[in-house]
Amino acid sequence: MMRGRAAWIQTVAPVAKVVTSRPLSVLAASAILVFFAVAALAPLLAPPRPNRDPYLIPTSGFEVEPMPPSASHPFGTTENQFDLYYGLIWGARTTFKISVSVIGASVIAGLIIGGAAGYYGGPVDEVLMRITDIFLAFPGLILAVVIVAVLGKGLDKVIIAIAAVNWPTYARLMRAEILTVKEREFVAAARAVGAGTLRVLRKHIVPNAIFPFLVFGSLDMGNVVIVSAALSFLGLGTELGYADWGQLIAFSRRWILGAPGRAFQYWYTIIFPAAAITLFVLAWNILGDALRDVLDPRLRSRPRLK
Amino acid sequence: MSAYLARRLLLLPLVMIGVTFLVFGVMQTLPPAARAMLFVQKPEQATAIQAIIRKYELDKPAYIQYWHWIRGVLHGDLGYSQSARMPVKQAIAVFFPATLELTFFSFLAIVTVGIWLGMQAAVRRDGIIDHLSRVLSITGYSLPVFVWGVMLLFIFYGYFNWFPPERLSLEASLFVQSGKFKTPTGLMTLDAVLSRQWWIFWDALRHLVLPVATLTYFLTATLVRITRAAMLEVLGQEYVQTARAKGLAESVVIGKHARRNALIPVITLSGSILVGLLGGVVITETIFNFPGLGRWGASAALQLDLPAVAGFALLIAVVTVLANLAVDLLYGYVDPRIRLG
Repeated sequence: MMRGRAAWIQTVAPVAKVVTSRPLSVLAASAILVFFAVAALAPLLAPPRPNRDPYLIPTSGFEVEPMPPSASHPFGTTENQFDLYYGLIWGARTTFKISVSVIGASVIAGLIIGGAAGYYGGPVDEVLMRITDIFLAFPGLILAVVIVAVLGKGLDKVIIAIAAVNWPTYARLMRAEILTVKEREFVAAARAVGAGTLRVLRKHIVPNAIFPFLVFGSLDMGNVVIVSAALSFLGLGTELGYADWGQLIAFSRRWILGAPGRAFQYWYTIIFPAAAITLFVLAWNILGDALRDVLDPRLRSRPRLK
Repeated sequence: MSAYLARRLLLLPLVMIGVTFLVFGVMQTLPPAARAMLFVQKPEQATAIQAIIRKYELDKPAYIQYWHWIRGVLHGDLGYSQSARMPVKQAIAVFFPATLELTFFSFLAIVTVGIWLGMQAAVRRDGIIDHLSRVLSITGYSLPVFVWGVMLLFIFYGYFNWFPPERLSLEASLFVQSGKFKTPTGLMTLDAVLSRQWWIFWDALRHLVLPVATLTYFLTATLVRITRAAMLEVLGQEYVQTARAKGLAESVVIGKHARRNALIPVITLSGSILVGLLGGVVITETIFNFPGLGRWGASAALQLDLPAVAGFALLIAVVTVLANLAVDLLYGYVDPRIRLG
C-alpha cells in the first residue's frame, strides 16, 4: 500500500509542476474549470421551466427559421426556436455526463479485462486480446453508429455505444502496464510472504499500474466528446431537443449556407456551438500534451478514435 | 518471418468470424420481426415477415439463427436496402467507387502534406514551419471533423461558391447518365481521363476539393508529429553525423541518409490513416452530400435500414482488417528487425 501511495506522489508531483510552469496549460486548465463551473451552475445560469426535464431545451414559438441574438435569446435560436444559450449551458452538463461515464466505463472494463489478460497471461491473455482485436477491427465511429442505429437514440444509448468502442484501447494499455509491474521485486516479495492473488493484485499491482491509465483517461476526454458530437451531428445522438452541443450543430446544417446574397445570415447557429466544442476539446488536448511530456512515451502515439 | 506471417494469417479468419459475431450480436437485441429484414432479398418479400421468421427460425436459439444468416452472407445475400432501394450487394457496388475515389485522393494528400510538413519541421527545428505544424497538429486533434467540414462549406461554397458539394454538377451528371459517357471504373476522374472528357474531369475534381481538404486536415496531424519525431531521431544518429563529417552536402545527408530511415515508422501509421479515413467518410460524405458508402451507411442507420447497416459494417471491418494486415506485412518487409521480434 505504501509503495502504491509513493508511486502516486512520484507521478503527481512532476505532472503538477509541468502543468503549472506552462502558461498555455494553465490557460487550458482554467478553461476546463470554467466549463465545469458552467455545468455545475447550469440551474442558476439558465433556470429551467418548472415541471420540465431541465435537459430539454425550451422552445418559443413554432417558426422554422432561426432567430438572431436578441434580449430574450442572447445567442439567438436554432431552427424550430430552440434557445441556443440554454442549449449551450445545459449542453456543458451533457458533455461532462457523457465523457465521464464513457471514460469511467472504459476504465473499469479495461481494468478487469486488461488486468486479467496481463496477470494470468497464457490462454486467458490470448482469448481476451483477440476479443479486443475484433472490436478494434471497426473504425470507432462506425461501430458506434451501428450500435445507436440498433438501440435507438438517447443519452444512455450514446454512452453505451461509445464505451463499447472505447474500452479496447484501455484494456491493451492496462495489460501492458500490468506486464511490467508484475515482474517487479515487490510483487515477488508479496507472493513470497504468502499473499493471495487478489491481495497481490489489489494492494500491489493495480495501485502501481493505474496512474498512467488514469492519465490516459483524462487525455481521452476530448476524443470522447468529439465522437459523441459526431453521432449527434449524424442524427444518431440524443433525443430531439436535448441540450447537447453536437445536436445544436446538427440544427445549423440546413442554415449554414445562408440566404442568397446573405451568406452569413445565420452565423450564430454554427459559431456558438462550434466554439464550445472546439474550446472544450482543445483545452483537454493542450493539458494532455503537457501530461504526455512527463509520462510514458507509449502514450505519445495513441491512435485516434474517429 | 514465416512464423510471424503464419500467426498473422492464422488469426485473420478468427478476427473475421469474431466481427460477424459482433455485428450479429448487436442485431440480436432487436425483436425477430425487425431482424427478419436481414433475410429479405427482394422488396416483395418484406410483407411476409412471419414466413421469414419461420423459414429462418428467428425464434430459435441464437446459434441456429447465426447459421442461417452467415450462410447467406457468405453467398453474398446481404439483404435488401430499403434506403437505397436495391439489394445491399448492389448498393455496395454502386457506392464503393465514390468512396474509393475520395479516400484515394485524401490518402495521397495526407501522405504528401504530412510527410513534407513533418520533414520540414524536423530539419528546420523551431522555424516557422515547425511552429505552424504544431498549431496544425493541435487544432487538427481538437477541431471536430464536422465543424471543420461545415466551416469549409460555409466559406468556399456559401460565400465564394468555388467548390460545390455533391459529386458532379447537374450538367455533368446528366451527361454521365445519358449513356454517352462510359464508366468502366466508377471513379469519375479516371473515367473522364479515359474517355478524354476533360470538363467532366475538372467538374469531378472541383467537387472533391472540400471533402478531401476536410479529411486531410484532421488526419494529417498525427502523421506530421510522427514524421517529425522520427526524422529528429534519425538526424541525431551517428551515421548522419558521419555523413556530415565527411563533407556531404546537407541535401544529400537528408535526402539519401536520413529521410529513408525516418519513413519506416510512417508506414505503420498509414494503416491507422486508412482506418481514420474509413471512419471519417461517414461524416464527410454526409456533410458534402457525396454519394458514397459513408453517406449510405449513415442514412441507413437513421432509417433503421438493418441489412444496409450490417452490410456496411461488415464491409468496413473486412477492409480495415485487410489494410492492417497489409501494413504489418509491409512493415516486416521494410524493417527486418520486426521479423525477428
